[in-house]
Amino acid sequence: MPPTTLPAVPSKIAVRDLNFYYGKFHALKGINLDIPEKKVTAFIGPSGCGKSTLLRTFNRMFELYPEQRAEGQILLDGDNLLQSKQDVALIRAKVGMVFQKPTPFPMSIYDNIAFGVKLFERLSSSDMDERVEWALRKAALWNEVKDKLTQSGSGLSGGQQQRLCIARGIAVLPEVLLLDEPCSALDPISTAKIEELIAELKNDYTVVIVTHNMQQAARCSDYTAYMYLGDLVEFGATEQMFFKPQRKETEDYITGRFG
Amino acid sequence: MNAATTSQKLLSRAALDQARGRRYAARKRVNQVALTLSLAAMAFGVFWLVWILWETLRLGLGGLSLTLFTEMTPPPNEAGGLANALYGSFMMVLLATFVGTPIGILAGIYLAEYGRRGWLAPATRFVNDILLSAPSIVIGLFVYTVVVLRFKSFSGWAGVVALALIVVPVVIRTTENMLLLVPASLREAAYALGTPKWKVITLVTLRAARAGVITGVLLAVARIAGETAPLLFTALNNQFWSGDLSKPLASLPVTIFKFAMSPYENWQQLAWAAVFLITVAVLALNILARVLTRQK
Repeated sequence: MPPTTLPAVPSKIAVRDLNFYYGKFHALKGINLDIPEKKVTAFIGPSGCGKSTLLRTFNRMFELYPEQRAEGQILLDGDNLLQSKQDVALIRAKVGMVFQKPTPFPMSIYDNIAFGVKLFERLSSSDMDERVEWALRKAALWNEVKDKLTQSGSGLSGGQQQRLCIARGIAVLPEVLLLDEPCSALDPISTAKIEELIAELKNDYTVVIVTHNMQQAARCSDYTAYMYLGDLVEFGATEQMFFKPQRKETEDYITGRFG
Repeated sequence: MNAATTSQKLLSRAALDQARGRRYAARKRVNQVALTLSLAAMAFGVFWLVWILWETLRLGLGGLSLTLFTEMTPPPNEAGGLANALYGSFMMVLLATFVGTPIGILAGIYLAEYGRRGWLAPATRFVNDILLSAPSIVIGLFVYTVVVLRFKSFSGWAGVVALALIVVPVVIRTTENMLLLVPASLREAAYALGTPKWKVITLVTLRAARAGVITGVLLAVARIAGETAPLLFTALNNQFWSGDLSKPLASLPVTIFKFAMSPYENWQQLAWAAVFLITVAVLALNILARVLTRQK
């Protein structure tokens, strides 16, 4: 692994010698990485470089597909979550995820938020109301939906649906939030709202975001990892990565000379 | 020179338009032929359907009266109704649906959500497809051998078993298909919250597929409502009122079969009335299924 400036903040997730396979295809090759706590870390790189794959190992989402497997260690607060004795559901309660396309569940807006909360907590209805409002406010959606909480979540616009999904994710009170290209299906105004939201979220959460949009990575992340063909090429503070990258490949990608 | 090119251009422009016009005319003719053929095909299907409905209406409506619902199936050349057959059909269809639906939905869930690895799911799917296309008379004969011969009596319960055996494969197929239509992203989103698998299925995927699954059940009900063959050897028939499912039980299809083939005019009239009732019920179920799938 090339020399990288390791962040001076404590790491929330430490990846050690991670290899990942789709059947026989070797998709991640010996990844070592420290995701700093309560910061925004962005994964950038061309399509197929493994950034989403890496993200999906952090909550073991890949396990849904029998032909996918990961080897190595992913330490969440020092505990290897790939071999954890903890139930995978409990890991996912700690590591929330928002996907590329909005995925509102087939139920009301209120129930969408309450769904995840009910899985882990037993709240009185007034506490639940409070939690739902809190999550929707946090996701900057409350003012738009407060009068139609009983309506179906799929009736919202794409940007609103995505903020609903973020609200649903944070309502469970995770420690880490994984965002897999959360803005790629959205218009610029919705994108701006979500970026504001990300800046707000890092006060409480460790945020990891996969993005194809380099300006987005530059705008809203503190640390950036550049990946290429399953390798982690360079990882460092976003400012450094964008203004004086140490590796030529990174510079080529960021300045658009490659790809 | 310049003018020449322009006129050349104009000429070729005109030629181009002409060629286009010819192509367009040809295209329109082909379109008319194709449209006529498909309309004719549709008319052919609708023609028979309308004729069937018309005959049912014409001959069935005449026999429609309140006594249909209050009086028993009569002996030849006497007045009577269909009360016992209606009750028998209703009970057997209801119970068969009650038995068959949960089994079908559970098996469908297994195939769609758990059957990704191993040989059990593909084998089950294959056997289910065979069962789905098995002639209903085969199922009737099977139940006759296994239930009727063993208990030494034709019975409503045997009819229920035979009809349930027809419901199960239909419901399995539709449940599996409808669950597979639910996008993987929705499942992932539910898992990402830390939802256990059984809750992902019951609260998210099954709910997203609900309209389709209910439609499958309704279509299965519509199918067994008119089945005759599996009831001939199982529930048999009963000319009198019987609420006892362990005895032979009357049903609309078997009554139609018996009455329509008879030489007695009042029986034939009752058969048409029964045909009318079944047709209306099946039509209503189909419309209900349509409405449910549309309300997505």
